[in-house]
Amino acid sequence: MFRWLEKNLPKIVMAPAVGLIGWFVYGFVLWTLYISFTNSKILPKYELWGFGQYEKLWASRKWLIAVDNLLIFTALFLIFCVVIGIILAIFLDQKIRAEGLLRTIYLYPMALSFIVTGTAWKWILNPTLGIQKMFRDWGFENFTFDWLVDREMAIYTIVIAGVWQSAGFVMALFLAGLRSVEDEIVKAAKIDGASLFTVYWKILLPMMRPVFFTSFVILVHISIKSYDLIVALTQGGPGISTTMPALYMTQTAFHKSQVGLSAASAMMMFMAVAAVIIPYLYSELRRENAR
Amino acid sequence: MKKLIIALITLAFTSTSSIAGPKIEVLHWWTSGGEAAALKVLKDDFAANGGEWMDMPVTGGGGDAANVALKARIVAGDPPSASQIKGPTIQEYDQEGVVAPYNIDEVAKSEGWDNLLDPMIAAIHKCENNSGPYCAAPVNIHRIDWMWANKAVFDSNGISVPTTWDELNAAAEKLQAAGIIPFAHGGQAWQDATVFEAVAMGIGGNNYYKNCYVDLKESCLRSDTTVKVFDQMRKLQGFTDEGSPGRDWNVATGMVIEGKAGFQIMGDWAKGEFTAAGKVPGKDYYCAATPSNNGYLYNVDSFIFYKSSDPDKQAGQKLLAKLMMGKNFQKVFNLYKGSIPARLDVSMDEFDKCAKTSNADIKTAGASGGLVPSFAHGMAQGNTMKAALQDIITEHFNSDMSSVDAANALADSVLANM
Repeated sequence: MFRWLEKNLPKIVMAPAVGLIGWFVYGFVLWTLYISFTNSKILPKYELWGFGQYEKLWASRKWLIAVDNLLIFTALFLIFCVVIGIILAIFLDQKIRAEGLLRTIYLYPMALSFIVTGTAWKWILNPTLGIQKMFRDWGFENFTFDWLVDREMAIYTIVIAGVWQSAGFVMALFLAGLRSVEDEIVKAAKIDGASLFTVYWKILLPMMRPVFFTSFVILVHISIKSYDLIVALTQGGPGISTTMPALYMTQTAFHKSQVGLSAASAMMMFMAVAAVIIPYLYSELRRENAR
Repeated sequence: MKKLIIALITLAFTSTSSIAGPKIEVLHWWTSGGEAAALKVLKDDFAANGGEWMDMPVTGGGGDAANVALKARIVAGDPPSASQIKGPTIQEYDQEGVVAPYNIDEVAKSEGWDNLLDPMIAAIHKCENNSGPYCAAPVNIHRIDWMWANKAVFDSNGISVPTTWDELNAAAEKLQAAGIIPFAHGGQAWQDATVFEAVAMGIGGNNYYKNCYVDLKESCLRSDTTVKVFDQMRKLQGFTDEGSPGRDWNVATGMVIEGKAGFQIMGDWAKGEFTAAGKVPGKDYYCAATPSNNGYLYNVDSFIFYKSSDPDKQAGQKLLAKLMMGKNFQKVFNLYKGSIPARLDVSMDEFDKCAKTSNADIKTAGASGGLVPSFAHGMAQGNTMKAALQDIITEHFNSDMSSVDAANALADSVLANM
């Protein structure tokens, strides 16, 4: 008995957690999948209805706007976060003074909730309160920076706020990566006459491949799920120009009483996340097996 | 499992009491300021009549959070006794089979609700497609088509309260020339729609409004009148300031109070902001209906009653319905809320000038066919159709879409959601 317990104790301890995750994550994913095939309106219904909700979804202007916005946001958010993150990491890697302090300053936005970031940037970017007003008060009468209220440009303000929040995190990842490289490699390269730029460009950054990969996965799933930032910053406006899939999903379920359609949009988001995460998990697991 | 969890949570909160007597569990989002104070009147009344009140306040998002909680409770098969639901959504819940007309229709009959309410308001609260027994009780009537104007700003620019949309445009241009923001507006979808419906009723007339936004006739939505309505919206957009998109309604009201802006078009809850700032109607600010032909856009808050097999709760539902429609609660609640009583026979003596105007106008409008339900506030259409209209209106207002395109997009959006 004791022996059996000893052998199985880890499994017994883990079982409730596995059970809860199984039900509350995977169970509800399946439930949502099922609901997306029904004609649920104000409350969930359980008679199957086919692919009608998906057809409706892809015929909806608002959803198409949301998907466009997601592509723009993800691409820019990813590029700027990684580029700024790398640059900051390289600068901090130069054994400068007060590195600990600077690192904390750059990383600190990550500790804030997106709601706080969104609200602060909403005020900074508002043309009658923030940057534009400040410059005009200083005498630059023609200074204009009204992206937040311009429906063509508003999506880029969300990128600005998102990058401000997350670039420091990418910096931390890269800094850790750079620090894990052994000094000998850099020294050897320098003895061979490589410039600092060449050392980073040809040797260190190529070694950061796993860090790139990790940042990619983390940033992409943040951007697909992004909801709070948009709610705080623009609420999907002006008009419906900054709607994103997650905002579309909650609005459809709780404001428009279209639970089925909302479930369909949730499944589309789920598939988008899966398309990013599954190859990542696959490659990670393969690497572990290879060890 | 979800059901189980919800059931357990509810059990934890409800299993402590076992005294017999009328019992009620009310899900609401009236938790702040005047609304909470008004609700306390109802709670005290309820307790004085030997009832036990189990409060279930869910705050956040102007009722969004409460709706989520409500749906979870209904899906779990354990709805509260009563909750805040209004307009056609009452019928949607009735069609789901969770509403209990058996209880409060008795009360409605013995109290004679049919004689106390305007027939149109009464119909909203009857289940089975607005003609069956009563299944909900109204607590107030908000008017949507209000214009709130800063009197000092109007006076110093020689402007009187406009009675036509052309006068309104001329007044706004005057203010603009004087360097004042004419139109205080918050560019959020529901606020755009609020202004739109006042314009639609004013420019198109009451029958146009009913054809288009109550009956959703395609020919009406595509008509030249709709184009004119969108033209006026475009003009109004030109009278807003740069910071308007995303602004909350009460911030816009603040701009009028401070004299930074001339006027705002908003329902009568805006009055609360003026009152809180110590302003007096007629002296510091004007409350006037937006130009229309005796029109009146109404928005009624109601409570709906759910099925329950517990006789104590059934007794509680009856008592609550009776008190809710009682003269005392209708008066006190609306004094706090800025709206007017749904009951027609409540004395208006203690109410302010704006509420008195509203009360007089609703009677004129009711007699002349100008009493129309607000679609922006979920009185004319269910949530799906409301959103279908709202999406196009806000897209037009925040872009350079032409009025003709907007009218057609509006019709297309309605057809797609039929």
